[in-house]
Amino acid sequence: MEIPYTVKPRPDTGLYNAKVGIWLFLASEVMLFGALFSSYILLRVGAPDGFWPDVATGWPHGLLNIPIGTFNTAVLIISSVTVVMAWAALKQGDFSKFRRFMLVTLGCALGFLCIKTYEYNEKFTHYVIRMKDGTAVTGHLDINGHSPRFWTLATITDKKMTSVKVHVDVPNQFRYPVGMKRPEVSHEAGEHGGGEHAAREIKTADITFLQAFVPATGTFFAIYFTMTFLHGLHVFGGAMVLGYFTFFGRKMYESDPERMTNRIEVGGLFWHFVDLVWIFLFPVMYLL
Amino acid sequence: MHTATTHAPSHGHGHADAHEHHEPGFWSKYVFSTDHKMIGIQYGMTALIFLFFGFLLMLAMRQQLAYPLKPIPIVGNFLAKALGDDMAKGGVMQADLYNAFGAMHGTIMVFLAIVPLAFGAFGNYVTPLQIGAPDMAFPRLNMASYHLYFWGGVVMLASFFVPGGAAKSGWTSYSPLATLADRDHLVNGQTMWLIGMVLLITSSLLGAVNFITTIIQLRAKGMTWMRLPFFVWAQFVTGFLLLLAFPPLEAAGIMQLVDNVLKTSFFLPSGLVTSGGPVPISGGGSPLLWQHLFWFLAHPEVYVLILPAMGVVSEIIANNTRKPLWGYKSMVYAVLGIGFLAFIVWAHHMYLTGMGTKISTFFQTTTMMISIPSVIILTALFISLWGGSIRFNTPMLFALAFLPMFGIGGLTGLPLGFNASDIYLHDSYYVIGHFHYVVAPGTIFGLFAGVYFWYPKATGRYMSELLGKIHFAGSFLCMNLIFAPMFVQGLRGMSRRMYDGGATYFGGGLGADPGILELNKVITHSAVLLGFFQLPFIFNFFWSLYAGKKVESDNPWSATTLDWQTPTPPPHGNFAVEPVVYRGPYEYSVPGAAKDFTPQSQPG
Ligand code: HEM
Ligand SMILES: [Cu+2]
Repeated sequence: MEIPYTVKPRPDTGLYNAKVGIWLFLASEVMLFGALFSSYILLRVGAPDGFWPDVATGWPHGLLNIPIGTFNTAVLIISSVTVVMAWAALKQGDFSKFRRFMLVTLGCALGFLCIKTYEYNEKFTHYVIRMKDGTAVTGHLDINGHSPRFWTLATITDKKMTSVKVHVDVPNQFRYPVGMKRPEVSHEAGEHGGGEHAAREIKTADITFLQAFVPATGTFFAIYFTMTFLHGLHVFGGAMVLGYFTFFGRKMYESDPERMTNRIEVGGLFWHFVDLVWIFLFPVMYLL
Repeated sequence: MHTATTHAPSHGHGHADAHEHHEPGFWSKYVFSTDHKMIGIQYGMTALIFLFFGFLLMLAMRQQLAYPLKPIPIVGNFLAKALGDDMAKGGVMQADLYNAFGAMHGTIMVFLAIVPLAFGAFGNYVTPLQIGAPDMAFPRLNMASYHLYFWGGVVMLASFFVPGGAAKSGWTSYSPLATLADRDHLVNGQTMWLIGMVLLITSSLLGAVNFITTIIQLRAKGMTWMRLPFFVWAQFVTGFLLLLAFPPLEAAGIMQLVDNVLKTSFFLPSGLVTSGGPVPISGGGSPLLWQHLFWFLAHPEVYVLILPAMGVVSEIIANNTRKPLWGYKSMVYAVLGIGFLAFIVWAHHMYLTGMGTKISTFFQTTTMMISIPSVIILTALFISLWGGSIRFNTPMLFALAFLPMFGIGGLTGLPLGFNASDIYLHDSYYVIGHFHYVVAPGTIFGLFAGVYFWYPKATGRYMSELLGKIHFAGSFLCMNLIFAPMFVQGLRGMSRRMYDGGATYFGGGLGADPGILELNKVITHSAVLLGFFQLPFIFNFFWSLYAGKKVESDNPWSATTLDWQTPTPPPHGNFAVEPVVYRGPYEYSVPGAAKDFTPQSQPG
């Protein structure tokens, strides 16, 4: 006996096997990300009040790059549209059109991941520094024009540096939730375009804590990195599957077009889900 | 998802070539098999080995409880050599080793023994047969599930040998303990535990997708929902429990892994201080969050442990009473009810965390509600016995024993569900007694019943009845001698997870009560005896392969369900002709029928 309904839908359910399978799988994915979003809520509700520059202990705002995040959202939405068009092209029997749309989708996926990498790197070079007098700042280190990653106080003392040059962030309106008062900043140096002060020398002896924006820096960063990384893995996995069918799907398409179309439909469903997760992640992480 | 084909599509004509019968080689027949029956057997054998291993860990622990700080007989020196002085100095079980064995006993029993046996083995072997399907919906995914499970097990076993030893924070792995234990080792037992768990969870998730799809899509013609054998319903609900409850634990596992490896503070509160001073972390996390996520899985998990066994027992009871199950429909609705309620009772494990009386009251209420469907099923099975002319063969004996054992386990759970009484009983041996009655004499008896019952279908030979009955009588006696005294110990205040069984507490003058410590010896000796009574089973299992009595027909138990309408053993593809179903699953002793059973596939 053959396994039935691998391609044709079962009459009483109206679905072929893989479609049932993917919906069930997506249900479990909803529970996975649902648990992570719930954790986000619980951690945030339990976090002490504290905004910029108190980013290591409070729940920071406005540290993520909103324009870039918005752009990435658009990239994923476009890819969601093109994946449908690719599937439709296959339904119409136009393989090369399918391939074109799929290449756009894959391009979007690649673009998304590259931009995300850039964003991560931006965080790894961005520091929170706490001083002996109880104040704190965030900003980029400037070591002979370079902006190093993953340094800690120990790195500086090991290098026997007596002071570090820091481009200190200015509190812009995003760094405070609506209704929170922005503190006055009084420094000699004037503001310049990117929301950063000109460099300031901070004595090593004055520093009690120095850490990049890495997961260990605070629960906000922990959940931000964990969730976006997991999402990134999903983007990567989905792109691998879709890419496989784009580049190696021709044979299957020629021997059994319906099966191939089904697979693209199933892969597309997964892709939409991955987009949907981002559509929740973006406002929750970047805007709220 | 994209696994339905197992062959290159280049042959040009879809899947018409799937069954050219060339004899598969060793690797593709036994290791990389995609046949649900072979995968079921792989699951079964691996799980039985883990069951035995988990039991051996417990024997070592029990020896320590009965004879604190005496060297472990037989394996003591070996453990001292293999695991080092911190663990087993001079062959004596050290606290760390007790904790590691305890955590691994729980983990192995739950995730590597019972679930794979109940769901992976029986579910795989029997479900497609009972619904009249040629295989699972996604055979290659099925193979992947088994392999992930296998590697998850390997990682768990390997964790005994990493620096610091295996995970020691209980099978529940509560933070902050789980994150702080062995923090100075980069790769420690807890990290391995988490990696192993992620593999096991992924395996279960793929399995669940596969099972549910199979049951929805591959039912034979005429196999309507209300004609499904109860076993299939039990597997169906189990599949949903796994599918929806495991992902939150996967999320939690990932977060704890990040806590351990990248030193984040998901589950670590601010201001954490240990004997080594303040812990250098950002803090701000929530230990309660771990508990919520853990129990969101782990309560449904106990139904994953019990429902398949209930399914097995139901089949065997209907078959051996030669009567339809009493109240089949109410049993089906009850099992669905359990499936829903199982998701909203989890925090009854957390009454003592200070989560608030309102929340406690909510979970106390739902907990009492979920006992209703369980009672419905148990009652229906008891009533099914009424007036039957019962055949007392080995499978039936185990199935019958399941009923009171599960009953004791269930009823002793009620005081744990009320938060007032749980405050006293929590974390005592009473709890250990309670849930072991459910999973050891309960589930394990149900599964033994299943092994004896389906063995003739899988091999074409019966297992020996005499050895089976010895196995049954001895196990039944020992199980009760092991677990009943634990209720007494717990009620008298003996805590669980104490590596000397409370000797320092009681012996140190804190309410000295040698009476309950004496019981430790009874329990330990019974546990050893229980081990000996498994020897007839092990012998029987292998000996009967070659020397067991041959079955007289494809349907040796005169059963009604489709699994008995296949050739023996079922070939690849299962059925010689596509089965069609004409009636319900339990048409036994129908008045006026030709025989005392009418198979589901009999027309008319
Ligand atoms: C049949 C033989 C078994 C015996 C003699 C036995 C005995 C015990 C004992 C004495 C403990 C408590 C240890 C302590 O708290 O110090 C324990 C814990 C536990 N057992 Fe078993 N057990 C058996 C089978 C099983 C099975 C089949 C399961 C399957 C689900 C299981 C699951 C657990 C779990 C989850 C724990 C808790 C571990 C922890 O504290 O984290 N046991 N067992
Ligand atoms: Cu529970």
